[in-house]
Amino acid sequence: MTTVYDDLGDQDTGEVPIRRIRFTINGMKKVAEVEPRLLLSHLIRRGLGLTGTHMGCDTTNCGACTVLVDGKAIKSCTMLAVQADGHEITTVEGMATASELHPLQEGFKEEHGLQCGFCTPGMMLAAKALLDTNPDPTEEDVRWALSGNLCRCTGYQNIVKSVLWAAAKLRGEPAEPEPAGEPAEEA
Amino acid sequence: MYPSRFRYEAPRSLGEAISLLTEGGDEAKVMAGGQSLVPLMKLRFASPELIVDINNIGGLDYHRADADGTLRIGALCRHADLEHSDLLKGTQPTMAAAAPLIADPLVRNRGTLVGSLCHADPQGDWASVVTALGGSVIAQGAQGRRAIPVADFVTGPFENTLEPDEIAVEAVIPPAQGTRSGGYLKLERRVGDFATVGVAVALETADGTVRRAGIALTGVGGSTIAVTAAADALAGKALTPEVIEQAAELAAQAAKPRTDHRGSAEYKRHMVRTFVVRLLSRDLEPAERAA
Repeated sequence: MTTVYDDLGDQDTGEVPIRRIRFTINGMKKVAEVEPRLLLSHLIRRGLGLTGTHMGCDTTNCGACTVLVDGKAIKSCTMLAVQADGHEITTVEGMATASELHPLQEGFKEEHGLQCGFCTPGMMLAAKALLDTNPDPTEEDVRWALSGNLCRCTGYQNIVKSVLWAAAKLRGEPAEPEPAGEPAEEA
Repeated sequence: MYPSRFRYEAPRSLGEAISLLTEGGDEAKVMAGGQSLVPLMKLRFASPELIVDINNIGGLDYHRADADGTLRIGALCRHADLEHSDLLKGTQPTMAAAAPLIADPLVRNRGTLVGSLCHADPQGDWASVVTALGGSVIAQGAQGRRAIPVADFVTGPFENTLEPDEIAVEAVIPPAQGTRSGGYLKLERRVGDFATVGVAVALETADGTVRRAGIALTGVGGSTIAVTAAADALAGKALTPEVIEQAAELAAQAAKPRTDHRGSAEYKRHMVRTFVVRLLSRDLEPAERAA
């Protein structure tokens, strides 16, 4: 794999330190040669071409770059690519299969969990980390787990609903029909 | 954003890490969770020539209590480990209250308590908590190990007393003289923001009197503030509304807040007083509590 770096003109090419790392991404084993200062988010987006991982704030605030490292949700703009050596990464591209969306992706579709969609991959991965350890979360649990992910469209209400929808589906419960307006009076 | 170029080493033992630090001198930096260091490097506020990543060193991710109740937290124990710790929930109310309030869930999965102490941000929550509990940091270097009380460890904003060849390998909380109570309250504009005001209270009581008290403040000065006057005012006394009021007043006086986008100095000082009263009043009968 080739990684192309920005030439900042501050060093001869012979002086650039390169390290070889071995990691798994979305189930595929990879070897990469990276400069230590390359961020994990850049390795994923530029090195591997997996642009589903978004760069939002680049300052550890927004969570758009959330990926799973060994099953834990982390901000990939705040981890060095070399630190992925020997670890397993999951990005949004690793959620769906060729024929089927992940229940979280289906949930975001069913419950209108996205507007502009920029925060969505990060939201879904933070939610996946939650559902992998807590299959039956309360609304409070979901809000808490997503509190490091910002949605500039402020579509939080539907994002929370989407995650609860996915949790129910993963537990094998039938989807609840939408209540039609006010609850009907008991006859 | 990229950090400036650096040499990267990920040793597998503490001995190897200390040799690298000795070699690197002032230009070397230890990386644990990296949740403060990586952003600082990206913004070029820090440009170390050598990063010694300690994440591959085994046996540092623990937190455990000794038989006498001494709590030990290893350098790679993440905030999330402490947030979900049954040990803390049962024995360390101040720490258990603070752990879920550190940054956000994603940062808590990587950041460490010991790293937060080393980073010595005046708005770092753990420094106040460990100060209130009378804790210390164990530093290991080429000359061996030494314990540094946290009050002496953090010397100013982003400054600690580690020697260039030393690694903070553990934080230690001494056992309680009596029953522990207390907590941590943090005023923040939104999840993940730094504290507008944070107050840590750690009490150890026996037979209705306070044996030991610790109060420390986050975000209202150039570094973590240990309010020793308030702690002294509580020691040996029973918690009454008058005693609580006095401690809160002393804490408010010790705060050195500045007016900024998070609030006015007056507001922050008021919140210090309010938080101290709230935390100390928890052990009172409801009828005795201040309105």
